[in-house]
Amino acid sequence: MAALHFHNVTLGYDRHPAVHHLGGKIALGSLVAVIGPNGAGKSTLLRGIVGILRPLDGSIHLGGLDSKDIACLPQSAEIDRSFPISVFDFVSTGLWRAAGLFGGIGKAARDKILRAIGSVGLNGFENRPIGTLSGGQMQRVLFARVLLQDASLIVLDEPFNAIDSKTTADLLALVKHWHAEGRTVLAALHDLEMVRNHFSETLVLARGPVAWGPTAEVLTPENLLVAMRMCEAFDDSAAACGEDGRVQPA
Amino acid sequence: MLYDALIGPFTEFEFMRRALAAVIALALAGAPIGVFLMLRRMSLVGDAMAHAILPGAAVGFLLSGLNLFAMTAGGLIAGFAVAILAGVVARSTGLKEDASLATFYLASLALGVTIVSIKGTNIDLLHVLFGNILAMDDQTLLVVAFNATITLLVLAVIYRPLVIQSVDPLFLRTVSRAGGPAHLVFLALVVINLVNGFQALGTLLAVGLMILPAGIARFWSRDLTAMICIAVVAAAVSGYAGLVLSFQTRVPSGPAIILVATVLYVVSVLFGRVGGILRQLFPGRHLEA
Repeated sequence: MAALHFHNVTLGYDRHPAVHHLGGKIALGSLVAVIGPNGAGKSTLLRGIVGILRPLDGSIHLGGLDSKDIACLPQSAEIDRSFPISVFDFVSTGLWRAAGLFGGIGKAARDKILRAIGSVGLNGFENRPIGTLSGGQMQRVLFARVLLQDASLIVLDEPFNAIDSKTTADLLALVKHWHAEGRTVLAALHDLEMVRNHFSETLVLARGPVAWGPTAEVLTPENLLVAMRMCEAFDDSAAACGEDGRVQPA
Repeated sequence: MLYDALIGPFTEFEFMRRALAAVIALALAGAPIGVFLMLRRMSLVGDAMAHAILPGAAVGFLLSGLNLFAMTAGGLIAGFAVAILAGVVARSTGLKEDASLATFYLASLALGVTIVSIKGTNIDLLHVLFGNILAMDDQTLLVVAFNATITLLVLAVIYRPLVIQSVDPLFLRTVSRAGGPAHLVFLALVVINLVNGFQALGTLLAVGLMILPAGIARFWSRDLTAMICIAVVAAAVSGYAGLVLSFQTRVPSGPAIILVATVLYVVSVLFGRVGGILRQLFPGRHLEA
């Protein structure tokens, strides 16, 4: 059973592909790392998966998953930290699926929110405005929200960027906990050591897929070199694409 | 003596009571909208929209003279048209909303002033540009109160998506499709409140009673709910004090209200608890933790 099925999918902006002809499946319950240089299309792929970017070509199928059953951890640069909202209120937005536009947040839900904040180690921070948090604390807040979303597919966009080792260890433990609970986790990462040690499956992406499969087989110097080279510059006058190239997972 | 200065005008003259009721209605609805405009970095968008209302109001004026009802209807239509067009252009082309609005509002302002000057006098033009809250009749007051009520109800409905969209728009898009509609409804509320303010303060100052109180609130709290409350109070106080000032000194009422709000703003910039200048210059000794 696949949680995600890519059918020769091309994602991009303004007709320029950022992810080019990707095909393959992600099995239910797998823990997948997506690696590749800056501009390789990692974030774009994740946006395609959570449904906020429509494919230019091909399609992404959620095997049996509701599109609302996906939790996404964005890069924190995309959040307006100056907005006057408390940690508690921010995390509580993770209950959107249950509460929606008007649903109340009762005693049970409040407890759930407090527990989520507690389990990322932010007890006592409930009333702090998010603008006063450090980068690592903000990342913990984002993880707490994902925790509340209770989704079967979790998509993490560079969750450990600029985060110290203690926070990384704490949050990585959460990721592995999600994996142990049978959730499918997909994470865009840069730390190859971490990928090697903790992620069973890896997709090396460089606009097109370079390699995909068990981490030990995929994470070779050759593949990484290819990935570096494939990430060529944006070509304003690129011709329309006619090729139908696919790379299947090993 | 103090009674004569501060309360007397309102017990004595009906037009002052109407004006006071109107500014309070404007404060209740407009200030929360202003807070969101500011937090969504759309302060100047509000200003732009205020100008966009002008040609509609001017057509109303052309058809039926200085009839506030016709001018309101015209203003609403023009405002919505520009808001929706600008929103659609921004959403479908990736052009930033403020850039596309700038185009629309410059065109609207030029068109509006042209239309008014075809038929009206310079007095009419002044009235359109700066409003006349002291000339409000019962019907107009009801329109203002009605718009304010609608605004608060609708704002309650779109509050959640509006807040989330302001903080983390991508997140909202992953959990809900309410973001787009909420934004458009919000723009509609902006228009409604600008038209409301237009009655009292005219095209050029209508946005003042929305943005200035929001700016004031920013200096006193880091909590959204508190900011909205502070903004409403600041707007109401400005309205009341502006009317008194206008009554006692014969300064036109619209500018008087905005000037009082400006004074409050300057005081907030200087003495505000959150990021006020004095607080930055003399922060006191640093804390232990």
